[in-house]
Amino acid sequence: MHTETLARLIFGLATTMAIPCPPALAATPADQQMRFDAELRAGGIPSDGFSAQRGEAFFNSTHGREWSCSSCHTSNPLAAGKHATTGKPIAPLAPAANPERFRDSGVVDKWFRRNCNDVLGRPCTANEKGDVLQYLMSLK
Amino acid sequence: MDNAVKRRLFDVTVWTIGLLAGMALIAHEAMAEGMIASPTNERWKAECGSCHVAYPPALLPASTWRRLMSQLDRHFGVDATVDPMAGAEMVRYLERYAGTERRTTASTGSLRVTETRWFSHKHGEVPASIWRLPAVKSASNCAACHTGAEQGDFRHHNIRIPR
Repeated sequence: MHTETLARLIFGLATTMAIPCPPALAATPADQQMRFDAELRAGGIPSDGFSAQRGEAFFNSTHGREWSCSSCHTSNPLAAGKHATTGKPIAPLAPAANPERFRDSGVVDKWFRRNCNDVLGRPCTANEKGDVLQYLMSLK
Repeated sequence: MDNAVKRRLFDVTVWTIGLLAGMALIAHEAMAEGMIASPTNERWKAECGSCHVAYPPALLPASTWRRLMSQLDRHFGVDATVDPMAGAEMVRYLERYAGTERRTTASTGSLRVTETRWFSHKHGEVPASIWRLPAVKSASNCAACHTGAEQGDFRHHNIRIPR
């Protein structure tokens, strides 16, 4: 092998390795909506599309327990919230105010699992998740 | 230079060096006292730190951490479940840097950091009115007064009582 070729190879490898791996933010909020929609269809539930209006009402209401979504995220999801117990600041939930939101499906599922359990005492339906996200995406 | 002046100069030098050394020693002690940062773990920081300060592992003994981590589905009234892989990694980290049983076990059998012996000892002089401040709200809100809490810095000179 020529020295020049070898040098190029090494240089190429070094440059490739120097490129930082992009964070795992492959999905978009719209992708999450498609997931919830697929969840509905898999369950054989007819859907007339997700509604921002229904989502907003759901977000601001309590559901038989002490907390609503807005207890921590406030009724303005474009602004920062605060944990209802610990007072720790929570970054804004609406994608327009915080582009990192709803990008990682694992994170989305984790928080819906925990928070729906705290607010409703049961998992949220795909319709409820879709409506809430529709509402959050409508905020500019 | 006459001898008296020389002796005076020598005395001053010795005293200065002694004082400086003493101050450095005190500063060092004070620093070691309030720093409870252990090597950090990204999983621990992300999972525990999203709702409250990611409590340094040294604040509770391994047995309490294990108990706490086994009931994340009812974590002080909140669902704080994590995926099993993440949970196992965090338990290993917490066990490794956990505090000593004697100092950090709560006499009540509680899982709360704020009910351990050292916590009561360290916070005995804090009046009830401060705990009730809206900016404090909860004894678990370390960062309300310990401005460096996120970095494991609980040193005295970084305490600011909010108004």
